[in-house]
Amino acid sequence: MAIWLPRLAIDRWRLTEGLNKGEAADAAPLVLINETAHGPRITAANDAGLDAGARPGMMLADARTLCPSLAVAQADLGGDSAFLDRVALSAQRWGPWSAVDPPDGVIVDITGTAHLFGGEHGLLADARGSFTHRGLAARFAIAPTAGAAWALAHCGPEDAILQPDQDAIECLAGLPVAALRLDADTVLILRRLGLKRIGELKEIARDALVRRFRNRSVPETNPLIRMDQLLGRVPEPLLPVLAIDVPVVQRRLLEPILHRDLLDRVVADLADDMARLLEGRKLGVRRLELGMWKVDGDMVLRTLELTGPNRDAAHIAGLFGNKLDGIDAGFGIELFRLRAAWTEPLLMTQSDIEAAAETHGTSLSACLDRLTVRLGANAVRRPVPHASHIPERAQRWQEPSTPGTAAQGELAFHARPLKLLDRPEPIAVVYATPDGPPKLFRWRGEPHEVVRSEGPERIAPEWWRERSTTRLRDYYRIEDGAGRRYWIYRAGIAGDGRGGVPEWFLQGLFA
Amino acid sequence: MSDSLPFHSFTAARAAEWRPGLTDSATPHGEIFASGREAVGAGLALALALDRARVAAPDPLADAYDGRSWLWVQDSTALRLTGRPYLPGLPQSLRHRLIHVAAQTPEDTLFALEEGLRCRELAFVIGEIAGNPKALDFTASRRLSLAAERHGVPLWLVHIDARRDLGSARMRWDARSTPSPPPRWNPEAPGAPSWRAELFRARNHPPGEWILRDDGDALVAAKIAAAQHPGPSHLGDLAATAGD
Repeated sequence: MAIWLPRLAIDRWRLTEGLNKGEAADAAPLVLINETAHGPRITAANDAGLDAGARPGMMLADARTLCPSLAVAQADLGGDSAFLDRVALSAQRWGPWSAVDPPDGVIVDITGTAHLFGGEHGLLADARGSFTHRGLAARFAIAPTAGAAWALAHCGPEDAILQPDQDAIECLAGLPVAALRLDADTVLILRRLGLKRIGELKEIARDALVRRFRNRSVPETNPLIRMDQLLGRVPEPLLPVLAIDVPVVQRRLLEPILHRDLLDRVVADLADDMARLLEGRKLGVRRLELGMWKVDGDMVLRTLELTGPNRDAAHIAGLFGNKLDGIDAGFGIELFRLRAAWTEPLLMTQSDIEAAAETHGTSLSACLDRLTVRLGANAVRRPVPHASHIPERAQRWQEPSTPGTAAQGELAFHARPLKLLDRPEPIAVVYATPDGPPKLFRWRGEPHEVVRSEGPERIAPEWWRERSTTRLRDYYRIEDGAGRRYWIYRAGIAGDGRGGVPEWFLQGLFA
Repeated sequence: MSDSLPFHSFTAARAAEWRPGLTDSATPHGEIFASGREAVGAGLALALALDRARVAAPDPLADAYDGRSWLWVQDSTALRLTGRPYLPGLPQSLRHRLIHVAAQTPEDTLFALEEGLRCRELAFVIGEIAGNPKALDFTASRRLSLAAERHGVPLWLVHIDARRDLGSARMRWDARSTPSPPPRWNPEAPGAPSWRAELFRARNHPPGEWILRDDGDALVAAKIAAAQHPGPSHLGDLAATAGD
């Protein structure tokens, strides 16, 4: 079922003013305007205004020349769209899900629900009664597809019903092409081609239309796609509106807070309220937003992300405690609001975590939460393998709660060091051998005599992502006289044409 | 007689020599002193942790795979000196379970260590702290010991380029590299990592010095004769004087 609210903006204006249709201010010509770059433009007009000649889309100055007594009110586009969302939600009384059809329509899926209202006619009567009662002008249509219902609601007869066994093309042939939900440019093109009604589109060979609109893939600009959607030949996904109830708790204070210990107490109270709320809904929180409104009109926002769903008040309050350092209270904070922006189901009830921690320890996610909040998210990480031959690229770091990706195992005959320096350190070769590792080198100011070595293990640069001047590396596993084991490499070989004499680096330390 | 019984049992326990696979009933808090020019400290800490894990699960057929994560905390100096853990070089059984914490200051490192010890889902905790920071005094060390014992999470704390200050660890090691045994197929290549580890203070064991090596299945220890390497005198040991 498609519902079209042709007078949505003006009806809403009248409802907010508390007027009945055609009385008081509504009896005089009135338009709703929107500021544009070229001056105020009319977005909607009431009945008297329409009679006086004002049209939506007209400049206000032009309308004023037609009707000097035109009254003006500011349009509220954001409010209209929010209102439409609520209308879409309330329209779910006629079907399991509904979608907003901006700017002024609603689509409801009434498959299998019409009999609850005594058939489709009964359903339409019920819907009409509901909208009339709310003082909203509306047009309705029922059709097997959203496109057909839209076309009938906008351009068809009142309360049109298209049965699935009827031929859609035949019934809709008389409707103008604008009923195909096309944009203004495409409608203009079709008009210039002499195609004004849906039925005329059908008379033209499809190949010709395909060729004419071949590089238009957006449905609004291609009448063929719209036609297929109308007939149900291609699927048309709609985004249903879902009522999401975000858990919010709030504390408004008589006396604005200036001091930190009171702040901590309020946050602890909020966390308690939130925990109670979440427990009732069997949810655990992943992301929290704490908004603090100051007396001077300023607002401070602190967000907190948790590793796993949690609803432990003491834990949450403790984590926020670290985040509240350095807040400038100004003249005081008077309103606190805690919002659980991201929640996940959490069935298990967890009793007091601090008491539990004393006896049998905290959980891993609580431990990680505390570490990340104090040390920062980049400090607590887990290494995961990465497909690369370059040693420092062969591992990556990611946050610990996400599971690692599957990777090809490292070949067992490659001995790799236990630790890798963040940046390979250059070593000064004192006594070199022509082909092979140095006999004596100096690293961090101390000499190391190479007693045993294995190598080279040649690792070529990744030519598909590095510059052509990157040199290859010859890795050696060495052990010095004191038994210290290192992983050193020579960048490049002599005469490879990519720089001067090859340099030596120490990259890893074996256990 | 009843007065002397604890004393006897204490001396008997003290007389027991340390050997690999010997786990005390208490959860260990070990300290390892090592140089910043080599990765011995972390290597030995991992070997001791693996040794303890092998003893804890003696039945290879038992369907109790220990998949718990473990924590490795490094302060910024230790990270700069001895490098970051490298996944392909870690022991196979520990590779995918590592959670690494790069702390900036010694205070943050101690905080992370204590948080790790209080977590029941961690297998063990390894810390690396460079030098002798003021934050790591005897009180901090005692806090770590108590946390490890209360929650049953073992801790090995590696001191890099550090003096032997007061510490409450149950076992205090001093480790350095030693030439490795030559591999079978290429005697010219470096072999399995070997460490010369000196246990200079332990609550239940006499001091001693070993050459330790992890051969993949177990920790292998070869005792070095005490005559050649006399143990350190306890006259200058501040911890012993303090009565700990």
